[in-house]
Order: sequence, then C-alpha cells, then structure tokens
Amino acid sequence: MKALASRYLSLKIPVFVLAAGVFAGALTLVAVLAPFIAPYNPTNISSFNLADSEIAPLFLGGDDPRFVLGTDNQGRDLLSAIIYGARISLIIGAGAVLFATLLGMTLGLIAGYFGGWIDAVIMRVADVILSFPTILLALLISGIARALFPAAAEPEWAPIILIGAIGTHDWVQYARTVRASTMVESAKDYVRAVRVIGLPSRQIIFRHIVPNIMASVLVVATVNLATAMLTEATLSFLGVGMPPTYPSLGTLIRIGNEFMFSGIWWIALFPAITLVSLILATNVVGDWLRDRFNPKLRVRL
Amino acid sequence: MTMPPVLSIDGLRVDYPLADGNNFCAVDDVSLSIQPGEIHALVGESGAGKSTVGNAIAGLIDPPGRITSGTILIAGKPLGGKGSDGIRLGRDIGVIFQDPMTSLNPLFTVGSQIVETVSYHLRESARASKESAIELLRTVEMPEPERRFSCYPHQLSGGQRQRVVIAAALSCNPKLLVADEPTTALDVSVQAQILSLIKRLADERQLGVLLVTHNMAAVAQIADRVSIMRSGRLLESGPVSRVLRAPQHDYARNLIQAVPRIEAPLRRLPVLSEKDDVGTSIQTILETRLGRREAAGSDALLTVSGLTVDYTTRNWLRGGHVHRALDGASFSIRRGEIFGVVGESGSGKSTLANVIAGLVRPTSGTITFDGRPLGANRDRDARRAVQMIFQDPYSSLNARMPVGEAIAEPIRFYHLASSRADSLSRARTLLEAVGLSGDMGERFPFAFSGGQRQRISIARALAAEPSLLICDEPTSSLDVSVQARVLNLLKDLRDTAGQTLLFISHDLAVVRQMCDRVAVMHAGCIVELADCETIFTSPKHSYTRHLMSCVPSMPISDCPPTHKKNASA
Repeated sequence: MKALASRYLSLKIPVFVLAAGVFAGALTLVAVLAPFIAPYNPTNISSFNLADSEIAPLFLGGDDPRFVLGTDNQGRDLLSAIIYGARISLIIGAGAVLFATLLGMTLGLIAGYFGGWIDAVIMRVADVILSFPTILLALLISGIARALFPAAAEPEWAPIILIGAIGTHDWVQYARTVRASTMVESAKDYVRAVRVIGLPSRQIIFRHIVPNIMASVLVVATVNLATAMLTEATLSFLGVGMPPTYPSLGTLIRIGNEFMFSGIWWIALFPAITLVSLILATNVVGDWLRDRFNPKLRVRL
Repeated sequence: MTMPPVLSIDGLRVDYPLADGNNFCAVDDVSLSIQPGEIHALVGESGAGKSTVGNAIAGLIDPPGRITSGTILIAGKPLGGKGSDGIRLGRDIGVIFQDPMTSLNPLFTVGSQIVETVSYHLRESARASKESAIELLRTVEMPEPERRFSCYPHQLSGGQRQRVVIAAALSCNPKLLVADEPTTALDVSVQAQILSLIKRLADERQLGVLLVTHNMAAVAQIADRVSIMRSGRLLESGPVSRVLRAPQHDYARNLIQAVPRIEAPLRRLPVLSEKDDVGTSIQTILETRLGRREAAGSDALLTVSGLTVDYTTRNWLRGGHVHRALDGASFSIRRGEIFGVVGESGSGKSTLANVIAGLVRPTSGTITFDGRPLGANRDRDARRAVQMIFQDPYSSLNARMPVGEAIAEPIRFYHLASSRADSLSRARTLLEAVGLSGDMGERFPFAFSGGQRQRISIARALAAEPSLLICDEPTSSLDVSVQARVLNLLKDLRDTAGQTLLFISHDLAVVRQMCDRVAVMHAGCIVELADCETIFTSPKHSYTRHLMSCVPSMPISDCPPTHKKNASA
C-alpha cells in the first residue's frame, strides 16, 4: 500500500484526473458485471409490464420501490436500461477502437516503413476517408451491410455493424500517427543497426518498431474511445444504431426525447447524464495521457 | 592589474533536489577568477559539473536546481542588481552554446537577431543598431557581412552560424563571455578558426572568457589558465602550460594522458584507472572463446571500385537536383587490417559506410567481398559477414529490449546457436568479451552509460560473427577516458581475433592511433590513400596537409605514465 502510494506520488496525477479515472473505471466495472448488478434484464421483453410504464423515479415522488430511476414508456426499469446501455456503448466503443487500431496500425506501419508508392496509396485512401463526415460514412456502411446481409438486420448484429462502421472511419487517425512515428523510429540508429544485422522487415517491425511506438498509439486510442462512443450514441439517437429492443445510451435518449415535453423528462435525462459523464471522464484521462506521453509537453509537467 | 577580475567565483555550490528528499550536489565548493583578456578553460568529463558552473554564472540554472552557497561576482558586482549599473545577461555577460543549429531562431534573419539584442540593451535606433550589427559580423570575420545580415540561419554553414552567435554575444560589449563547448559540433578546420577568433577577441577587447570544454587540444591551443573538474569539484587549477605538462593530481594526469595523440601511435591507449581496463583478461576471452576467425594476410577482403552515390531531391517547380555524396571511390581492405577513413562532415565517409553495410544503394560502381560481388540485395551469408556500429550509443540500441536479448537476436537469426539457452549464453560470453559482466544482459539500455552502450553495440555486431566490422565514428560522442577503453577494445579485436575493421572518424588523432592504412576523403572523393605512418609524416595532397595543420597539438607531458603496464606495452 505504501509502495502504491509512493508510486502514485511519483506519477503526479492531478486529483481531477484521478477522480475521472476512478469514475470511468467504476462505470466500466458496473457495465461488465451488468447481469449480476442490474435489477432487471432490459432486453427480456416478456419481463416488462405496460402497467408499470412511465413511473417517476423514487426521489421525484415515484411510488414503486422496484424502479429506483423510474421506467420508460414500455415499463422497462430505467436503471437496468442505463446499466445495460452503458455496457453496449462501452462494448461498441472498445470494439471500434480495437478494430481501428489494428487496421490503422497495420496500414500505418506498412506506409511508414516501406514508403514509396504503397505509402502514397494508403495515405490517399486515408485522405478520401477523412473527407467523409463520420456519420455519413457510418450510415452508408450500415445501410450497405443491411442490404447485403439480410441477417444483419437482426439486433444481435447491430453492434458488429456499428463497430465496423465507426472503425472504418477512425483508423485514419491511427494510420497517420503510426506512420509518422514509424518514419521517425526507422531513421534511428537502432533500426538501422538491425537492418545491417540482416533481420527481415517483419521482425524489425514487430520486435523493434512496434514496442517503441505503442505509447503514442495507446494515447490516441484512449482519446478515440470517447469519440467512438459519442458516434455510436449519435447513430443510435438518429435511429440507425442500436434498436429499441437492445438499447444503448443513445437509443434511450432517443426514446426519452419523444416524451421530453410531456413532462416525462427523466427517460432522456438520466441516460444523457451517464453518457456525458462517461465521455468526459474518458476524455480527461485521455488528454492527460496524451500530455504525459508527448515529449514536447513533458517538460511542463 | 588594478581592475577587478571580470569574474570571481567563491565557494560556489549548486544542488539539485532528488525525488527521495536528498540533494544531488552538481557543483561543490568551486572558486575561480578570470582577469580581463584572460581565457580560463574549465575541463572535465560529462557529469563533472562544468556546464553547471557556466549556467550558474549566466543565471541559467534550471529549477529545481539552485545555488545553495557561494558568490559569483561579475566585474565586482553580483548578477541582477538594481538600476542601470546592475549586471545583465546579454549585456554584461555573453553566452555561446554548443549547438549553433539550435541557438538561433530559424524564423528570423541573423541580422535581426543581433539587432534585437543591441536595440534592447543599448537603446540604439534601428539604423544605428543595423550598422553595429554589420560591424559585429565584420569583427567575427564573417565573409560579406552586409549580405549575410539578411540571411536566415539555414542559409549559413555551421561555422558561420557559430560566428553569428558569437557576434550576438559580443553585441553589447560584455565583460565576460561564457562559451559552453563552442566548437564541439564543428569540423576540425572550422573549429580551429572559431578558437582563434575567440582568442583574438579576448586579446583585442580585454574580454574575460570562460571556456567550458572537454577538448584538451582546444585548451592547449587558446587558454591561459585551466581548471580540471571531477564530480562537481575543482581538482586542479593553474596556467595551461604547467597543468597540461605536469599535472599534480592523479586524475588530471590520467585524463590528460587518455587524450589520443597525433604525434606517434601507441600500442594501447592509457586509460584512467587499472580496473577500468580489462586488458589482458579481455584478450584471453577473445582468443579462447571467439577464436581467431580470419588469418591476417595481404589478400583483399573487400574491394570497392568506382563507387558513386547520388542523392536526388525532387522539386516540382525547379526539377531534380542531384547531389553527389560519393564520387568514384576505389580501394581495398586487406584481411585483418584496420582501414581508416577520415574527413570532415559532408565528405561522404558515412555514405561510404552505409553503402558497404547495404543501407544505401550505390548509383554506380561495384563492391567485391571475399571474391564475390556484394550488391544491395544480399543473401544471408553476405549480410551476416558485414556488420556495423554506429556513432550515437543512445539511439543505436532498442530502448525496450533487454541488451542480452538484443545481442542474442542475430545469433538466433543466423542459427549460430543450437538453442535459445545456448544463444543467451553466447550473448553472455560476448558481454564478457567486451568488458561487461555476463549477468548485465537482463538490463535495459537506460541502465548503461554511453561507453557501456557502445560496448553493447560492439557485442551485438560481433554476435553475427562478421568478417568486416564497420565502425562509423564509434567514439565521437564519448568522453576521453571512455573513448580510450572502447578504442583499446577495438584494437584487441583486431590483434587477438584478427577482426578486419573499417574505421571511420573525423578525429585525426584517433585515426593515427587506430589504423594501419588511411583514406582521406574530401567532397565525396578519396584524395589520398596510404599507410597511416606515411599520411601523418609526409602527407602528399594539399587537403591532407590542410587537415593536419588544423589539428591543435597537445604538449607532451613530462610526467611518467601512472600505469607501468601501459608504459611497457
């Protein structure tokens, strides 16, 4: 414990960042353990009772002790829906980041290490992708996917389509970062040394370059996790993301939005608060990591 | 002289607080004084605290470090002070830093950077300060000062940039000039010019100069007095002629002896202390474990003929520009010899190393290695046979790989060991062979000093069991004493294991100590190639003679060497 405390002191993490980290961590834990923590399963339609619909939260005069945060228009427990919604948002966010990282890193390493025409081709494709707004590209991809694979219309497939759609746009950032870092590392003597030793490119890239550029990749990934979850929420809010039967936070906000002005504002508000604080916490941690690992800014820290 | 000394330091101590609550004492009880017109050299190895003294005088100690005791007086007054007669950095103290590339702002013309200082401190009008700036550029012997005034830093050479920095430092007629390694980043001939410029300015302007340097030869050339520092303390101080010839302190004596001499080659270079030089034990390991690979002889191991490298820069508007980095180089390296290549920066010597190592594709010309042509696309054997060590020991090792792993990597790749365990044990042997202990293999590069890292680089290159080892400026970023040890190791490799070396350096004294034959390069061409002895005793080409004349010579010390073994060797 003492060792842990001194390690914390030596890192000099600001209290605000630490609080954000703890909050994001706790929410993630709750989301992971959702089936054990949530009072109800919001995806099990047979467990709802329309008679329970639109009950106010307990602290707003709601009279049903079963529903702490009240219910939505279907009689679904809002607390459970938010926990499961956060879980879906996190899964899609993490999945999209993982997909984008793998794709972006692979292409960025190839472009940065080999250069020449293959670099030009990859980076021009990246430029084209970047000239599409994220939402438009995601709409396009989910539309095409649903047209091509009828099975993809099933709600179980929705997260995978979303991961693909968001990742297809986001890999460009990774590719650009990784390409630049790879070019810097390739010019250093330790890479030239292993080239003289005669190691094949594959081994040089994976054993020597990748470990040295991972710090910058991880920072981009953390910052991107927030934007990926935000994109997912936006798509779900627009109705092209998660279906109402498998609601993410964005879907819940959309459902709540319809009742917003009939006095039942809590259906939209609590998922929105959860989403905003999750994104904020992730951003705070991500920004701190970025400053921490950016050698140009490190002097000031 | 009745004038007060331009600088007097008394009992200076600088502390840096450490994370564990203790202090690291960078400078401890340093006292010295400089008279007007005197050049006082402060020498020592890296970490000795000599730059910290320079920074303390200029008030440039980075927090959290601070001056904990002692006084610094400039012309009898402390730095700072109230009113117009207080001592100001830039007006009363001029500072020159090591790297002329980074000490000028690339976005402003050099003239405007001098004008800025002049108009700020002396409150001169724009026209007057421009005139004084041009006058200053003339003073520092800048060719065509009117034209250079409106040049940007990147349009000037390294030497010209350093002249601009000196001009800016002198712009307000300071009493004291602090020069922190002013010539380290420069070529020999430029170095000689800058040193004589500093000497002339000190004489003409009655300027006191504190010359912080690790270069003993520079000290011998221009300084009046010298102080030798070690671990933050001043060991010895006195007139240059006395200290360099007959140093009193053991460390000072060893430090001065470790400087490679250009006058005559020694079999082994003297090192700082007995325990640092593994000497004979290394030789035994090299001989018994690595074995004698190549029989020395007169037949050529590597023959290069008509090697030319062009670098083409493409510009859409102005078309391609071709720069010929290497122009028709031809020579051959014999088995078991140390072949030296010497030249100034831009002479093409590193390009030559890169072409032979296979990192750069030649535009034309052929390389024959061991009777077979050696192109850019090489088979496994050819790649293994040519290995290289690099100049900067800090960037030439992968920071995220344990050093033992880095050494074992080529062993595994070329199947030189039967198993993973065997490859690691060979890595241990190699670490021992270069004078480190075998169990250091589990550590990461940051745990090692520059000299140790360079030994690790050598071990990694040897792991592939090369026939030819290319050394590209292997010791130019190392301290003198460390340099001596690394050079001795390379000598041992040749003497006991028969290793053939291609040794590239800009340091003529090091080349003299190391090489059997030497090629002198200038502007991409080999201008002279002969036995080392011949090159240094009777150089034929005018450029070679010019290079030799630029090397500042060290006085031969009168005192006997401290190690009897080295003396008899």
